[in-house]
Amino acid sequence: MNTRFAKSLVKRIAFWALIAVLLVYAIFPFYYAVITSLKPSSALFQVDYWLSSVDFSNYITIFSQGSFVQAIINSVIVAVSVVAIALLLGVTAAYALGRVRFRGRTTVMMVVLGVSMFPQVAVLSGLFEVIRVLNLYNSAGGLILSYTIFTLPFTVWVLTTFMRQLPMELEEAAIMDGATPWVTITKVFLPLMWPAMATTGLLAFIAAWNEFLFALTFTLTSEERTVPVAIALISGGSQHELPWGPIMAASVTVTVPLVILVMIFQRRIVSGLTAGAVKG
Amino acid sequence: MASLTLNKLNKSFGDTHIIKDVDLTIGDGEFVVFVGPSGCGKSTLLRLVAGLESISDGELKIGETLVNDLPPRERGVGMVFQSYALYPHMTVYENMAFGLKLAKTAEQTVRDRVLETARILQLEELLDRKPKALSGGQRQRVAMGRAMAREPRILLFDEPLSNLDASLRVQMRNEIARLHHRLGSTVIYVTHDQVEAMTLADQIVVLNGGHIEQVGSPQELYQRPATRFVAGFIGSPTMNFLPAALREGHAEGCRVSLSGIGELTLPQSAAALDEHAALTLGVRPEHLSLDEAQGSNAFEIVNVEYLGNEVYVYLDSGQSDELLIHRSEAPSRWEIGQKAALVPSLANVHLFDGEGRALPLTSTRDAA
Repeated sequence: MNTRFAKSLVKRIAFWALIAVLLVYAIFPFYYAVITSLKPSSALFQVDYWLSSVDFSNYITIFSQGSFVQAIINSVIVAVSVVAIALLLGVTAAYALGRVRFRGRTTVMMVVLGVSMFPQVAVLSGLFEVIRVLNLYNSAGGLILSYTIFTLPFTVWVLTTFMRQLPMELEEAAIMDGATPWVTITKVFLPLMWPAMATTGLLAFIAAWNEFLFALTFTLTSEERTVPVAIALISGGSQHELPWGPIMAASVTVTVPLVILVMIFQRRIVSGLTAGAVKG
Repeated sequence: MASLTLNKLNKSFGDTHIIKDVDLTIGDGEFVVFVGPSGCGKSTLLRLVAGLESISDGELKIGETLVNDLPPRERGVGMVFQSYALYPHMTVYENMAFGLKLAKTAEQTVRDRVLETARILQLEELLDRKPKALSGGQRQRVAMGRAMAREPRILLFDEPLSNLDASLRVQMRNEIARLHHRLGSTVIYVTHDQVEAMTLADQIVVLNGGHIEQVGSPQELYQRPATRFVAGFIGSPTMNFLPAALREGHAEGCRVSLSGIGELTLPQSAAALDEHAALTLGVRPEHLSLDEAQGSNAFEIVNVEYLGNEVYVYLDSGQSDELLIHRSEAPSRWEIGQKAALVPSLANVHLFDGEGRALPLTSTRDAA
């Protein structure tokens, strides 16, 4: 009896210990960023794991810089546009690839998938030329274009898979009711595809929001920069000072919208990622 | 309401020829059932009429209009799908109003039509519900309502009852029959269930391998099947088939011999056939009586099924794996293991030639 009790106790402790390790591993960096951002710069290099007092001076510093606020606005514009364009093109492409029978459909799907496998750096110089030719250098348009290129393959694949799982008879019923393909997509399929749309939309948003390499390469002035670049370029009073406090405050600020979005959509994400896995 | 004419209709998917030269005329207000085994092309034929598949060759007319190239909404047809295919995110009202709204019907008319359809189908209480909150039978009725709300000239049903359980199926079958009786609309109904076909149809179209085997009223198909396929497909339990050899055939009748049973004189005309031609004799279970075994006319009873009002007696035919069936009113004196003589009712047997075509009768008679 005792040994069994001891055994189960050990098992339990081990289980929770494992969870604790995982939590610390996942959360500590972010937690430390939050703590750092709430310390005055004088206290920065004291290693504390708890906050003794809260100081918002770092936040005041970054928000008093017009360029940081401008960067947030730029990021919102770019990310929202990317999501909107990717979903619009994704849904229409998914209808074509999922529902319309045509020659070379699989080839198109494979090409789409293949495109998404290239690392960003590989296309950087080529893309730079394209953006310069299109006269989009140092503008939000250039970033929207380049992010959409990298977001679309994933969007198209997920939405196509989802679209294929919608019953064929549903579309035929709409055809019998006199619906054109566009009406079928918007009035019949879209309402049923919200979970998939929320998932892909959110992932596209996160990708566009956090993207750094393109943002750094394709923008020049602080009026056009997005948040990740702006944070990287926050500089201190002198060449030898790295302003950790404001950097951490900016990072935390930038993460908040993502956390809020994920919380709003989390149920949808789960149902979107597992949709069709069990139910046919 | 409209009539429908199919003229040498063909459909191929790539190299597969699904529908072969189908000619058919459906009168205004008729209830026509397409029936046949799976893969016979009955659903494809319905989808050709609906406009969901393109016609490879031939003519399709609704009323006097050639509709080959018209999209479904311009053909004036409404369709009820096997899985109902209701729009899951819309209420019952919105489901039924969807087609009307797309046709840019005035709002008041949409309302009136939907409410009227809902009244006919007794869906008034359910108008605000979503499909997931409905039972199978209710969904079925909504699917019918959606097809009917636009007042189509022809209503198409694609195996509408196969998703329902047995008792509900009988109930819905009844409702569809009464609805047709009341509205008098032209209906094409596809099923693989011959009971549904027999009970609902004015005209049954039996399809086999993409062509029409026979078109006729349920009585005609049951009493005078044109081919062995129809004879075997219509009727439950199925007709008994026995190999027979022609002994003597002329215009007034013929004599055939069957192994075990002996020689029979039948009213079928076999003038066109050679002597000793191999025939198939078909006799329905209720026209096959049993008697005391005598001589070679002795067949072993292998099973007896008691169904309450009637009894099925299964006999070993001695020639093929298929059992012969005798059907009679309960109770029955026959038991498993006994031997019995087969006595077909001569006025009610069918003869089929080597190609499976029924031999014509010499004079009119009351087969049943």
